[in-house]
Amino acid sequence: MPRNSRILILLSPVILWLLIFFFLPLISVFIYSFLKRGTYGGIEAQFTLENYQRFFDPIYLRILWRSVSTAFVCTAICLLVGYPFAYYLAYYRPKFRNVLLLLVVLPFWINFLIRTYAWILILRTEGLLNSSLSVLIPGFQPLELLNTPFAVQIGLVYGYLPFMILPLYVALEQMDMSLIDAAKDLGASSRHAFWHITLPLSLPGILAGSMLVFIPTVGAFLTPDILGGGKVSFIGNVIERQFKTARDFPFGAALSFILMIIVLVGTVLYFRTLKGRESVET
Amino acid sequence: MKRLLETNIILVFLFLYIPIFVVIVFSFNSGNQISVWEEFSFAWYGKLFKNPNVWRACKNSLIIAGVATFISTIIGTAAALAIEKYRFRFRDSLIKTLFLPMIIPDIVLAIAVLTFYRTVVDYPLGLTSVIFAHVVFNIAYVTIVVRARLEGYDATVEEAALDLGANEWQTFWRVTFPLIAPGIIGGALLAFTLSIDDFVITFFTAGVGYTTLSVHIYSSIKFGITPELNAISTMLLVNSIVLILLFLWFRGRKTESI
Repeated sequence: MPRNSRILILLSPVILWLLIFFFLPLISVFIYSFLKRGTYGGIEAQFTLENYQRFFDPIYLRILWRSVSTAFVCTAICLLVGYPFAYYLAYYRPKFRNVLLLLVVLPFWINFLIRTYAWILILRTEGLLNSSLSVLIPGFQPLELLNTPFAVQIGLVYGYLPFMILPLYVALEQMDMSLIDAAKDLGASSRHAFWHITLPLSLPGILAGSMLVFIPTVGAFLTPDILGGGKVSFIGNVIERQFKTARDFPFGAALSFILMIIVLVGTVLYFRTLKGRESVET
Repeated sequence: MKRLLETNIILVFLFLYIPIFVVIVFSFNSGNQISVWEEFSFAWYGKLFKNPNVWRACKNSLIIAGVATFISTIIGTAAALAIEKYRFRFRDSLIKTLFLPMIIPDIVLAIAVLTFYRTVVDYPLGLTSVIFAHVVFNIAYVTIVVRARLEGYDATVEEAALDLGANEWQTFWRVTFPLIAPGIIGGALLAFTLSIDDFVITFFTAGVGYTTLSVHIYSSIKFGITPELNAISTMLLVNSIVLILLFLWFRGRKTESI
């Protein structure tokens, strides 16, 4: 069989499948976002920019800001917690390094819904956190923790922390640690060596981890839905409402498109930055 | 400094595992409260096994995950073979395109597919509508795992087989396939886990009456949490952990990294 037809046979299933069930749907959402909403939740075949204009209403801009800023804070927290974690594994090379890594990855494979639900048990008014605090502190008044931005923030950090740790570990692990010793021999302080050697060399890991955390959190739907109890909406929740309850599909389509653009711009920026630093491996 | 870093490690693990243990522990609680301990019992597991809705949801989850895994494993393996064995035009663009379904927020993928079914092709929502959508995101993961297995794969054994008179079909099944089989099984297990665990895409593309376990759990969280939820969650937890250990075992059969 000639080489080209072999490639064609191997690739036509994936190309066809993605074309029909991925690209055509995305194109139809794009077209949809320019149509008018019909009277009974349907659509009217009439071109309009209304759905995009509506997005600039302060209500939606505030929701967009909440999604982006929460995702940003989540990324920062994951970095602050994840970096020392990955650094310890890479620098001190503890004996059970692989087991520790496996334990970091394991929660990622556990149903996200269940992991989010678990926080309800901990954060609710009669939950474990409040009851342990009331045992420790006499006269403690239970806090309202569930259905708050705090609960959503915790849930997101919980969900995506492993995504930060792994790329950081990979970057730090590849680093030549003798560079640090060399710098110290030449008179650099530990702090100086960290800021001028370790941190710059681990930047690809920081970028990759940040992207892997930021992208899913900005588009999050489940965490704000379950731990925010409808009070802490993200763009994802507004999109869901347009399709499940409000039945304003064109507006939901426009919001989805905006969300997708944000995510894609983030991804492209990431690859640009990476390419500026070193050639990308694919 | 080392002490501080070690404390951080311990705190991270407590943070990651306390919630999971809490669910498991409370699934063995006898009371009607989800997070107030009374006494040890299997009562909620008993209720769970007698709940026909749970069985139906379980069946739907298995059908969807099984079929989606089957389709995506074939498509993903074929794609991985083409990418690793040949250099062709648009190869880089194809690799990037394959990642797109992983990057795009699942809610966007979900409503895109829903819109497509509803307005463009007028396809009825049921089990197949979910399966088609699951295959989209599963393909990417299967391809990655199989490609990893193919890296460093020695193509000369195939040439040797062909030289010795085997036809291409025989060469694939007798030489290539056994060599990459752990990668394929690993990819399939991964796809199966992702499919069973998926909620968002299923929630939007499943027809009324085609509840999966994830959707069942979601509705319970939203419309009436009972301790039964702790029991179902624990069952699913155990299931995921078994699948993932199997996955790691199959993938680790050549290399030892995670």
